[in-house]
Amino acid sequence: MAETGKTIHLEIITPDAAVLDTDVSFVLVRALDGDLGIMPGHAPLIASLRIWPLFYETDGKRHCVCVASGFLEVNGSTITVITPAAELPADIDLDRAERSRARAEKRLQEKKKDLDEVRAQASLKRALLRIDVAHKYGGR
Amino acid sequence: MPSAREINRRIKSVTNTQQITKAMKMVSSVRLRRAQERALATAPFTEKMEGMLQRLSAAIPGENNPLFVKRDVKRTCYVIIGSDKGLAGAFNSNINKEMVSLLKDKPRSASYLIVTGRKPVEYLKHLRITPDYKRAGFSDKPNFGHAQNLARKATEEFLAGNVDEVYLVYTKFKSALSQVVTQTKLLPIEPSVSEKSGPSEEYLFAPDAGQVLSTLLPQYIDMVIYNGLLQSAASELGARMTAMTGATDNAGELIEKLTVHYNKVRQAGITNELTEIVSGANALQ
Repeated sequence: MAETGKTIHLEIITPDAAVLDTDVSFVLVRALDGDLGIMPGHAPLIASLRIWPLFYETDGKRHCVCVASGFLEVNGSTITVITPAAELPADIDLDRAERSRARAEKRLQEKKKDLDEVRAQASLKRALLRIDVAHKYGGR
Repeated sequence: MPSAREINRRIKSVTNTQQITKAMKMVSSVRLRRAQERALATAPFTEKMEGMLQRLSAAIPGENNPLFVKRDVKRTCYVIIGSDKGLAGAFNSNINKEMVSLLKDKPRSASYLIVTGRKPVEYLKHLRITPDYKRAGFSDKPNFGHAQNLARKATEEFLAGNVDEVYLVYTKFKSALSQVVTQTKLLPIEPSVSEKSGPSEEYLFAPDAGQVLSTLLPQYIDMVIYNGLLQSAASELGARMTAMTGATDNAGELIEKLTVHYNKVRQAGITNELTEIVSGANALQ
């Protein structure tokens, strides 16, 4: 990876709190049109994110944060991610995620007339993302 | 003149009331602190999002996003944020007054009402007005989901052309003593182009500026509404705390006055009895 000592500041902000505030050497996100890898010295950038895990590297170790859509901005020496919801793998409420997965699946299967397909799909995606991340990186 | 026993009963009842208002004061002051912290915690989010919006609108000045489109105003939507509970001083009546001034001199069809909180809904019922969309049960502990819900409704109505403007009416928290009913325009969004930034940095966009903008704008609305909800929650608790502090103090004063009165009546009774006994004894001699 990048030579040691070369880092960029990563902030992840939700409406209620700053989830992450740390120096990293590499960030990998999935934007609407594909994966973006960001290393220190990246040009200014604004990207819209998908419901997908965000990976970052510090001291050669790879970490993961659950990011449910949102935006990423690179400006000089900081990367700012603003998102309605973000969780570290250890903070994910698995029960809640399972429940909302069941709810979303049920909604999609029932196919009622007033079904808001986009919303149900998004909610299912968020739940699956949380479950996935919790199992892979939460040590559960 | 009431008897000593009646006064005593009155003192007891005022003491009970005082205990309740004191408890409410304590509860709301603790929750006010929490609500204030939450309102402050959104500040960085707000700031970053506004910055991003500004840079985006600077990058594509002529963008015609449907959320920017200005139309002749035939119907205005008001998102009114009230509270679920009373006993919060003038908090609810301020919101109610604002609602009345918004609605008066206009036919009912010229406005579309989205109302949160039980109290304003009750007041509207009293005026024989039915809100077009109402939500309740979260006035003192709103979360982002509630804001998203309201934003979705307002945006839908705006995009469907049912309303031509959307305003948010909430109570801005200044301090525990002062809260101000505030009205801000939600839609159409007026892109704020800052002139001072000069030649702005060249940003890259992924996928492209237009698409980023169209995903950012709905979230921007969510955020503005969320801010309004948090401010109103802090205001409600602040108003309640102030009102309950006043009530507790007044009850204390009342108890003091009644106690003095009670003692006077009691003394008068004793004096009276003594005189009777003495005069009775004198008569026997």
